[in-house]
Amino acid sequence: MSGKIDEILRESLVAINLGLKGFADNLEQQQVEVVQVDWVPPAGGDQEMIELLEDLL
Amino acid sequence: MASGFIVRKNRYYDSVFLMGVDRRLSQLPGVRQTAVLMASENNKRFLAEMGIRGAELDAAQADDLIVAVIADSPKLVEQVLGNLLDEALMSLETSTRVSDLRTLEEGLRAAPTANLAVLTIPGEYVDREAQAALESGLNLFIFSSNVPIEAERKLKQFASERKLLVMGPDCGTSILNGVGVGFANVVRRGSIGVIGSSGTGLQEFTCQIHNAGHGISQAIGTGSQDLSDEIGGITTFTALEALESDPPTEVIAIIGKPPGSETLKRLVSRLEASSKPIVACLLGRPADEGATRGNVHWVRTIDAAVQAAIQLPTLQANPLGDLLSAEQLELAKDLRTARTSNQRYLRGLFAGGTFCYQSQLILAEAGLTVYSNAPLEEEFELTDPNRSQEHTLIDMGDEVFTLGRPHPMIDGTLRRQRVLAEYSDPSVAVLLLDFILGFNAAMDPVGEILDAISEGKRRRQETAGDPTIVASICGTDGDAQDLSLQSKLLREADVYLFNSNAKAAAFCSALLKDA
Repeated sequence: MSGKIDEILRESLVAINLGLKGFADNLEQQQVEVVQVDWVPPAGGDQEMIELLEDLL
Repeated sequence: MASGFIVRKNRYYDSVFLMGVDRRLSQLPGVRQTAVLMASENNKRFLAEMGIRGAELDAAQADDLIVAVIADSPKLVEQVLGNLLDEALMSLETSTRVSDLRTLEEGLRAAPTANLAVLTIPGEYVDREAQAALESGLNLFIFSSNVPIEAERKLKQFASERKLLVMGPDCGTSILNGVGVGFANVVRRGSIGVIGSSGTGLQEFTCQIHNAGHGISQAIGTGSQDLSDEIGGITTFTALEALESDPPTEVIAIIGKPPGSETLKRLVSRLEASSKPIVACLLGRPADEGATRGNVHWVRTIDAAVQAAIQLPTLQANPLGDLLSAEQLELAKDLRTARTSNQRYLRGLFAGGTFCYQSQLILAEAGLTVYSNAPLEEEFELTDPNRSQEHTLIDMGDEVFTLGRPHPMIDGTLRRQRVLAEYSDPSVAVLLLDFILGFNAAMDPVGEILDAISEGKRRRQETAGDPTIVASICGTDGDAQDLSLQSKLLREADVYLFNSNAKAAAFCSALLKDA
């Protein structure tokens, strides 16, 4: 095994939590460095618009 | 009774927040039913089924908040959708909203050294965010469910090529390097690694390991669909490789529901080739409880998986560990080193055929070649049953010895003669015997053999060194032969006595070679 899998199994977790804040809170309680993202759907959740934006970017 | 709804544009909240608002509103006096939802297509269908429809609702988008209410009066409906909703939103927002970050990209900027993304967003958005996270080199824990299987397959294939781990979608539990992610319990760290397609299965396993005084190295959730043929166990195989090279992990357990048939075939051969001992519990898959094939120990329940995971490393390091204590192994080692250099062989003389057979199995497992008149395999059959060669175990109840004579359980004459013959061979290091009590058996089976042993000792060459004598008794304290007396006689004659044949055979194995 190499790289990033080894990092999460042998070194410190550094997490980005997309969604439920409780999951980030639990990681923080375990001294994990975690960044909370209060995620919102892109383009108002309009799938067609999301695909259009993806093509543009 | 009155009903109504309101759409708040561009107000996205997660499911736990919405549940909190719903709970507050539904508990107000006079309120019959509430729905607090994001305006996804699924949710709009759900509202239509409740009888809540309208043009504004049809036009709402997935990041618009919909609150619907059925209450005792139109005035109350109006209040709920007005002031009362505002109060609930404000109060909960104050206590839960803490982040200014709204996208994965913003999260990555805030944590450039991140190595894991945890996703609990609605399933229909997982594909895009997960792909972006993988492209940024993040491992994934995807709690979200309702992710199309084709999207899961593509994500996992992409991750596999980049040596990244995708736990999920629909992954409830992982414990990574001691850190619980998702629904995980506080468990001791240790040497047992586990991979599971079932979150609660992982929780049950890790809790039981902890409660039994042992610990977990890693617990890797794969997501409920990982072992389906559509996914082919991509995460399970990656996790297996990771645990094989994870130094603290000494044994690996696999817990889950039955895989797809193609995946099962590949999984079984992969597990059998594993470099570490494996405990496999695929619930509902017909398994021979306790069967071991290759490096894999198959079990039927999570409880059995726990027991096997605890015992396997000890058993592999010391195959006799389930039969002998550390003190007994140490004693065997001392006796081994005290022998003369000529003393190399075991001779077993059995009244019980099964004891002869079981002893051969135990010695063969330890890698010893044993000859017999009733051998495990034809090539180890004695040329002459009356003459021992190298390690030899004799079933004295075999026809060749009982033709026209009573069975050795009744008459020990032939066994006595054979004891004397073995004593005259200076290469004999260990003598293994069984004694069988009970109805119709000889009244003093030990006494008659001890006479032969004394005679053998007397006749043995002075330089040869006495063989170590190992024995087991099959009997109870109700038997007429007097179990305690027979045992006492053996101990007084310096015989190493065990309460089962398997233990006695295991002790002989330890007397002959290191476990």
